[in-house]
Amino acid sequence: MLQEHAKIVDFISTAEGVTGRKKLQKMIYILKKIGVPFQEKYEFHIYGPYSEELTARIEELCDMGFISEQKEDKSSYVQYRYTVTEEGLEFRNALGKPVLENAEHAIRLNGKSARFLELTATLMFFDDLAKGEQIAKLHSVKGKLNFTDEEIGEAFDFIDELKQ
Amino acid sequence: MEYAKQKLAEEKVFKDPVHRYIHVRDRVIWDLINAREFQRLRRIKQLGTSYLVFHGAEHSRFSHSLGVYEIVRRILDDIFHNRPDWDESERLVVLCAALLHDLGHGPFSHSFEKVFNVDHEDFTREILEGDTEVNSILQKVATDFPKKVAEVIGKTYANKQVVSLISSQIDADRMDYLQRDAYYTGVSYGHFDMERILRVMRPVDDQVVIKSSGMHAVEDYIMSRYQMYWQVYFHPVARSAEVILRKILQRAKYLSGHGYKFEQPPTHFLAFFNKTFTLKEYLALDEGVLMTYFQLWMDERDPILSDLCDRFVNRRLFQYVDFDPGKDYKKMGELVQLFNRAGIDPEYYLIDDSTSDLPYDFYRPGEEEERLPIHLLMPNGDIKELSRLSQIVDGISGKRRTDYKLYFPAELLIDGKKKEIKQQILELLREGGV
Repeated sequence: MLQEHAKIVDFISTAEGVTGRKKLQKMIYILKKIGVPFQEKYEFHIYGPYSEELTARIEELCDMGFISEQKEDKSSYVQYRYTVTEEGLEFRNALGKPVLENAEHAIRLNGKSARFLELTATLMFFDDLAKGEQIAKLHSVKGKLNFTDEEIGEAFDFIDELKQ
Repeated sequence: MEYAKQKLAEEKVFKDPVHRYIHVRDRVIWDLINAREFQRLRRIKQLGTSYLVFHGAEHSRFSHSLGVYEIVRRILDDIFHNRPDWDESERLVVLCAALLHDLGHGPFSHSFEKVFNVDHEDFTREILEGDTEVNSILQKVATDFPKKVAEVIGKTYANKQVVSLISSQIDADRMDYLQRDAYYTGVSYGHFDMERILRVMRPVDDQVVIKSSGMHAVEDYIMSRYQMYWQVYFHPVARSAEVILRKILQRAKYLSGHGYKFEQPPTHFLAFFNKTFTLKEYLALDEGVLMTYFQLWMDERDPILSDLCDRFVNRRLFQYVDFDPGKDYKKMGELVQLFNRAGIDPEYYLIDDSTSDLPYDFYRPGEEEERLPIHLLMPNGDIKELSRLSQIVDGISGKRRTDYKLYFPAELLIDGKKKEIKQQILELLREGGV
């Protein structure tokens, strides 16, 4: 019961907070793709793989007071920072064991930009395709973002590292 | 003549209670409707367990799929035809995607997918691209056509205008299911002026927009959707039936994995228990098959499986109370212990369930939202987001409503055995929140 909520709290705690909704979405997706047992269902949306269930769960956790959402007003845009509250830690400790076998993954993913995670998650979404097709599909759905060959190469290397 | 352009000698029509008639002229569409994978949708109810609350809600995904096709056909043939921002070459791919968008749904999808960790969208893609009658029909259009249809349904198709006709905050899918579900459940919500909305839809750049003169019809649509979610889709009694259904499948899976000898072996489920299923095995399941097992399992020796099946088949559902997980998760621990002491397995008889909906949301520049807003086309050609002009929509935009319930078998808590423990359980359930 509430185990799925506890997993999200545990992840944000392990990552020592996450800045950006898009970033959080992509981090959970990437971890799910490498076998971390998150249950949220993903579909393809504007910024790549996106989970309405995850959005709902985060909002529920904020309402419960287990996660704090702080709006950070940048000059040309706003973004949200998520951290775990004291009550959230108590909830996590009462309910669950750590969701990540390798806590380092959370820190490494958190060190990447939202753009890079969007690229990585999108490539992983099309991982049933051959590499060439995967890249072609990326350009087809993300044409406006103009991902360079270098960025794409980095993303593939990063996926390989995560899978090891 | 090439297959993609073939028309039937005479138009075929299906009588439909929502759209009056559904019109088919394209040979491809007619052949797809007759494919076995599409006919299977007749045996899957659109609203799952809701028929246990609204007895009229026995309609199928087959009729909904035809309805979505008809709405898209009308948009393309009556409204978008010959408009400068619409690419006519996309017509057939959108029509096929509209017709086939729910093809991968299984019996009681919501519960089935949760227990067996599968996704109907994966099955939709497999049916479209695998060894199926549907695939062989789509292949006759062009070898890459099945993939294109799958991309539209999967929202990864390059032309976003095409995707938004099937999947957006005002799409043909929603417009059909709101009206159809309202009709069959008999509720007075869910009605809106679809004719008006269709007439004011316009293809502009890479999106579909609504002429601002149609704003009030769109407001009505959004309010209809809001009411249908809370009055029908999230009905707590239908959710009770879903909970029991989920627990039946979970119990059967558990028993199968622990060497239990079934009186009626779960032949059709074994591949799902073992995660070795093929598309053929998935397509062999429908709601008739599941209900037959549930009927037979009422006579199983395992008391939990037989009880849960009896509850589902004979509508002896769980009771429920409101539950605030933020405050009450510690009490849940106490309840679990008390249930164990009372000899009632909490894994199957004490279940929390939450559901939530966001009636409408919009994209705020600079923020990282994911929902494509509804855009209005102003008389001067400007595009404005709906909630900027509509006070009603602004009032509910971005506001999620969540409902938590705790389900339990009330009659087991008032029988004579272990009375004191059961009294404690009832007191905890009655206490604020739980």
